[in-house]
Amino acid sequence: MKTISVSIIGFGAVGQGVAKVLVDKKEYLENLGLDFKVVAVADSRTAAIDENGVDLNAVLSRKQDEGVVGSEKLTGLEIIETIDHDVVVETTPTNIVTGGVGLQNMLAAFKHGRDVVTSNKGPLAMKYGELMEAASEGGSNFKYEATVGGAMPVLNLAKDVLAGNSITNVEGIFNGTCNYILTRMMEEHASYEQMLAEAQELGYAETDPTYDVEGIDTACKLVILANCVFGMNATHEDVTVSGITRITPEALLLAQNEGYVIKLIGEVNDSRINVAPKLVPIDHPLAVGGSLNVASVQTDLSGPITVTGRGAGSVETASAILSDMISIYRD
Amino acid sequence: MRVSMDIELKDIPGQLLLALRPVSELKGNLISVVHHHEKRTPRGTIPVQLVFEIKPDKLNDIVSRLEENGIGIARIDEKRFFEHGAVILIGHIVHTDIQDTIDTIDKTGYAEVVDLNLSMPKINMASSASLKIDAVSKEHLDSAITLLKEIAREKDLLVIEPIKIELGVN
Ligand SMILES: NC(=O)c1ccc[n+]([C@@H]2O[C@H](COP(=O)([O-])OP(=O)(O)OC[C@H]3O[C@@H](n4cnc5c(N)ncnc54)[C@H](OP(=O)(O)O)[C@@H]3O)[C@@H](O)[C@H]2O)c1
Repeated sequence: MKTISVSIIGFGAVGQGVAKVLVDKKEYLENLGLDFKVVAVADSRTAAIDENGVDLNAVLSRKQDEGVVGSEKLTGLEIIETIDHDVVVETTPTNIVTGGVGLQNMLAAFKHGRDVVTSNKGPLAMKYGELMEAASEGGSNFKYEATVGGAMPVLNLAKDVLAGNSITNVEGIFNGTCNYILTRMMEEHASYEQMLAEAQELGYAETDPTYDVEGIDTACKLVILANCVFGMNATHEDVTVSGITRITPEALLLAQNEGYVIKLIGEVNDSRINVAPKLVPIDHPLAVGGSLNVASVQTDLSGPITVTGRGAGSVETASAILSDMISIYRD
Repeated sequence: MRVSMDIELKDIPGQLLLALRPVSELKGNLISVVHHHEKRTPRGTIPVQLVFEIKPDKLNDIVSRLEENGIGIARIDEKRFFEHGAVILIGHIVHTDIQDTIDTIDKTGYAEVVDLNLSMPKINMASSASLKIDAVSKEHLDSAITLLKEIAREKDLLVIEPIKIELGVN
C-alpha cells in the first residue's frame, strides 16, 4: 500500500466532492494499492489539520452545519508552505484577472516539490508558461483535467489516450450554463432573459452570469487546450469571443427550420482560438442538449473522436480530480 | 460556368469523339461523361450525359458545333452555384438597410442570396433572419460569409454561421 498525503485547499462544491469521493472510493483505491490520507483541509477562513488523517465525514458535516471546515486559523498558503505532504488539491475560486490565490498556492506547492491537481482554470489561463516551468523546477506532477469540461475527459484524451496522433482541431461545447439556456430557449420558444432566470433559479447559472454567458469561461478552457494540446503559450486575451446574450428565440426557430440548432461553440487549432454561437446540424454529434458538454478532437490518424459528458457538478468534477490523482500515483 | 448536357449519339463508331471535340476545342474542361451504351432512345440513339466547365460566352459555339456534327441535344442545364449555405443574422436588420446587405453579396458575382426569412418580434427589438446563400464553390461561399461578417460588424449585426461540418464527421 502506498500512502499519499493530501491537502484540499478550497472546500466548496468541488473540494467537498473530492472529500466525498475519497471516502466513497476508499476500498476501490486500496485495491489499486493507494491510500490517500488527507492531512489538511482549508476554506477561506479556517482549516482542519491532522497528520494522521483528517476525518473527512466530520469535516463535511461541519462545513454543512457551521460553514467552516475547522477551528485552525492556518491559511491554505500556510498549509502548503509548512505542512509536509505530497499533493495539493487546489479547488479555490477561479480568478482570471490575477490568477488569484490559486496561482500563489500552485507556485508555492511547486516550490516545495509538491504535486498539484486542480479544477481551477484561472492560473492556467493566465500563467501557463510560468506554472509549467515552476512545476518542472520543483520536479512536481501537475494535472488539471477538471479545468476543461468537468467530468468529460478532453486533455488526458488528447495527450495520453490518443498519443501518436497529431491533433489538428478541437471543437465543442465547453459551458453547460450556455448550453442549458440555449436548449431551453429553443424548447420553450422563450427569451434569453427568461431562460437565464430559470437557469439561475435551478442553480445552473450564477447570480452574475457574465463569465459564462459572455463566453469568457469557454475562452479560458480553450486557452488551456491551446497551451496543453497545441503547445501554444496563449492567454485569454488571444481568444476572439462572442457570447449568447443576443440570441433570440426567433433565431433559434429560423435555424431549426433550416435543420440547425444554435450552440456556443469553442474552437481551437494552430491558427485560431475562437468562441462564438454557431449553427450545428441537428443530427451532428456536437448537437447535444441540456447542460451537457461535448468535444470533438480531430486527429490525423483516427479522424474525429467525440466525447460528451457533464461539464460541471460537485462529484462529477471531483471524478476528474480523482482520476488525475490516481494516474500520478498508480504503479 | 458549369454545364450539364444530355446529348444523343447515333450508334456508329466515332460519334463520342465528335461530341467531345468541340468542348476541348473551345477550351472547356470536361468533368464527366456518362455513356449509356446499353440504353436506346425511342429514336434508336444512345443517350450520353456530359458535364463540363466553359466560359459562358462559348456555350453557344459549342451547341452549334455539336449540331453541325449531327449530334442531337436533348437538354442543357446551366449550373452556376454548387454550394449552398445558410446563416442567421440577429440585430436591427431592416433598419440597417437589408437591401444593401443583400446587394453586397449579390454584387460579388460568385455568390448570391437566394432566400431570406425575416422574423420581427416587436418594434425596436432585435429581429432575426435566416439567409440562404448559393455560391460557385466552397471557397466562394466562405468568402461570401466573411464579407457578410464584415458588413455585419459595421451594422452591429450578429452573424451565426455553420460549423465546419467536415471537422465533426466523415
Ligand atoms: N463547480 C463546478 O462544477 C466546477 C467545475 C469545473 C471547475 N470548477 C472550478 O473549481 C474551482 C472550485 O469551484 P467550486 O464550485 O467548488 O467553487 P466554490 O463552491 O465557490 O468554492 C470555493 C472554495 O474555495 C474557498 N476559498 C476561497 N478563497 C480561499 C483561500 N484564499 N484559501 C482557501 N480557500 C479559499 C472557499 O471558501 P469558503 O467556503 O469559506 O467560501 C470555498 O470553500 C473553481 O476554480 C471553479 O472554477 C468548478
